[in-house]
Amino acid sequence: MYSQGLNESNLASAETPEFLAEFQARIDADEKIEPNDPMPQAYRQTLIRQIGQHAHSEIVGMLPEANWLTRAPTLRRKTALLAKVQDEGGHGLYLYSAAETLGISREQMTEELLAGKAKYSSIFNYPTLSWADMGAIGWLVDGAAIMNQVPLCRCSYGPYARAMVRICKEESFHQRQGYELMISLCNGTTAQKDMAQDSLNRWWWPSLMMFGPSDSDSLHSDQSRLWKIKRFTNDELRQKFVDATVKQAQHLGLEIPDPQLAWNENKNDGAGGYDFGEIDWDEFWRVVKGHGPLNRERIAARTKAWEEGAWVREAALAYAEKQKSANTDPNNLAQKVS
Amino acid sequence: MQSAALPTAESDARFIQLVRLADDHLILGHRLSEWCGHAPMLEEDLAMPNIALDLLGQARALYSHAGIIENKDRDEDALAYRRLEREYTNLLMCERPNGDFAHTMLRQLFFSVFMKHYWLSGESSSDPVVAALASKAQKESDYHVRHCAQWVIRLGDGTDESAARLAKALQALTPYLHELFESDSVTQTNGDVGFLPEPSTMQTRWRADIDTIFDLAKLCLPSVENLLTQGKSGGRQGLHSESMGFLLAELQFLQRTYPNMQW
Amino acid sequence: MSTSSVTPLWEVFIRPRNGLAHRHCGSLHAADAQMALQAARDVYTRRGEGQSIWVVPSSNIVASDPSASAAFFDPADDKIYRHPTFYDIPDDVGHM
Ligand SMILES: [Fe+2]
Ligand SMILES: [Fe+2]
Ligand SMILES: [Fe+2]
Repeated sequence: MYSQGLNESNLASAETPEFLAEFQARIDADEKIEPNDPMPQAYRQTLIRQIGQHAHSEIVGMLPEANWLTRAPTLRRKTALLAKVQDEGGHGLYLYSAAETLGISREQMTEELLAGKAKYSSIFNYPTLSWADMGAIGWLVDGAAIMNQVPLCRCSYGPYARAMVRICKEESFHQRQGYELMISLCNGTTAQKDMAQDSLNRWWWPSLMMFGPSDSDSLHSDQSRLWKIKRFTNDELRQKFVDATVKQAQHLGLEIPDPQLAWNENKNDGAGGYDFGEIDWDEFWRVVKGHGPLNRERIAARTKAWEEGAWVREAALAYAEKQKSANTDPNNLAQKVS
Repeated sequence: MQSAALPTAESDARFIQLVRLADDHLILGHRLSEWCGHAPMLEEDLAMPNIALDLLGQARALYSHAGIIENKDRDEDALAYRRLEREYTNLLMCERPNGDFAHTMLRQLFFSVFMKHYWLSGESSSDPVVAALASKAQKESDYHVRHCAQWVIRLGDGTDESAARLAKALQALTPYLHELFESDSVTQTNGDVGFLPEPSTMQTRWRADIDTIFDLAKLCLPSVENLLTQGKSGGRQGLHSESMGFLLAELQFLQRTYPNMQW
Repeated sequence: MSTSSVTPLWEVFIRPRNGLAHRHCGSLHAADAQMALQAARDVYTRRGEGQSIWVVPSSNIVASDPSASAAFFDPADDKIYRHPTFYDIPDDVGHM
């Protein structure tokens, strides 16, 4: 919203130690930072990067599920899936708007995405190969997203926190429709249950990777936590996700594809939790760096939509321009007044 | 059910017409859903699924009610997914591949303006279920008209390219218009008993709305006589275009590959 | 993809029910007011969140400057005589 009103002097605010300390004190006092407030350049840049990546993830994330819209097996599932994928578009839109309050435009962010300069969640570079993937994605991918996003509702940057509140309200339907879909498959025939297991096998590890690199390798975590942009570490969130999900898999009668998965009563300060196997970090970094199964295809699909939509956007702008000049045309004005 | 008391011919006519309408809504909603994730701008990625969801919702209600009238234990999915191509009786316009945004929006406008008037008349149906469905659907169609008209006007009076694309879409869609108003013994029976209006009676109102919108869009609709003589037909008899088989191959994929399962 | 073809930004305000005020709920991009209104409907009222929508071009919002916030807002802090509790009324007078 406020990007046009951004105070130039704020952008160039001299970042004296006093200024930085004052800013940190506001954060520590749990004050929210709003768009026009003075903020350190690094805080602004971190947010632009993080919110932008998050927005891109929502938009690219529409593609793997949209892939099954025309093949959904019942009308109930078809409408639920369509409403779900549509929601993801909405999430992207809310998030782009939040980033725009920091002085970057949606067009700029889109161009960065299409040029391969901006990242998005690697999970969406994996293919959706069966109908069960619509269940696994809702259950695991949206489930992991919720783990990540709920703490962000309290993020120090007001517009981001507000967007996350809206998003989190919508996400729980996503996870529930996915899990319910898995229940149907697991209560179904052997073929259906196999489909569900196969899907869990393919999505389990990529879902764990959604929490990002291990804390020891994470580039941004410390500063982000100080600024309350991030409230938990990657590994903490990953652990929470595993602990919550194992029960859900057991309820489905599905097996999590990790032979090292084991209950450990000493975990989580004695509350107990699951030990789990090591993520294939080579695969993680390979996909992050653009060499996952579908990185190129996803960006190509977004590029196609953007480029083929250009004439539509231009037409709308041209029409608006014509209307504006028609309204300021003195002849027309006279007509209106009389 | 109430239908048990009806003469067979009458209940058959009701079933046939409800399925025609349901097929229109399913197939067009299905086509529209293909845009999801690929729209010209993000705002439109939310708008088009909204229309598609309305259409699919209407299809579900229509199939369910048709199934009850038929009384052969077929639910919405049995009708939507488990019929042969020849048993689908949608308008040919609905199954046309989406083409570009101009084609999609213009097709939707033609259909929605028709449905808006159709549902408005349908509100006084002798069948209370249909009347309730019509009054809900009428509001939805009203919004679809607003949305599509807005785009058609902007494309028509936007840039040279958008105007050219819209003109091309009009040319492509014109032959499909007359099918909207087609009348036969089914529509006559239903019209006579006040179950659902004769589609042909929508023509004047449809034309008036389209003319108003086209005025602003700087487009011109060919005269009615041309529409009637140059029209394509066959959808209501289950005679489809070549693209229908591919559409059904996707739509029915799981139901065909894994018959008799719960999803 | 040139920057000349940037679709303007709009702020969206929704009245959830009659009787309540319109409340800012987010923003969106649209070429003109009519499209902004419809987009607002499609984006921000999918779950029955609204009875009325306002859209305003973001560039028309005039915001107070946060660096002036002390001058703008602090002076109101100590005017406690504007609040009812500043005045002592005996209990037996009853609610006032
Ligand atoms: Fe989302
Ligand atoms: Fe998300
Ligand atoms: Fe989601």
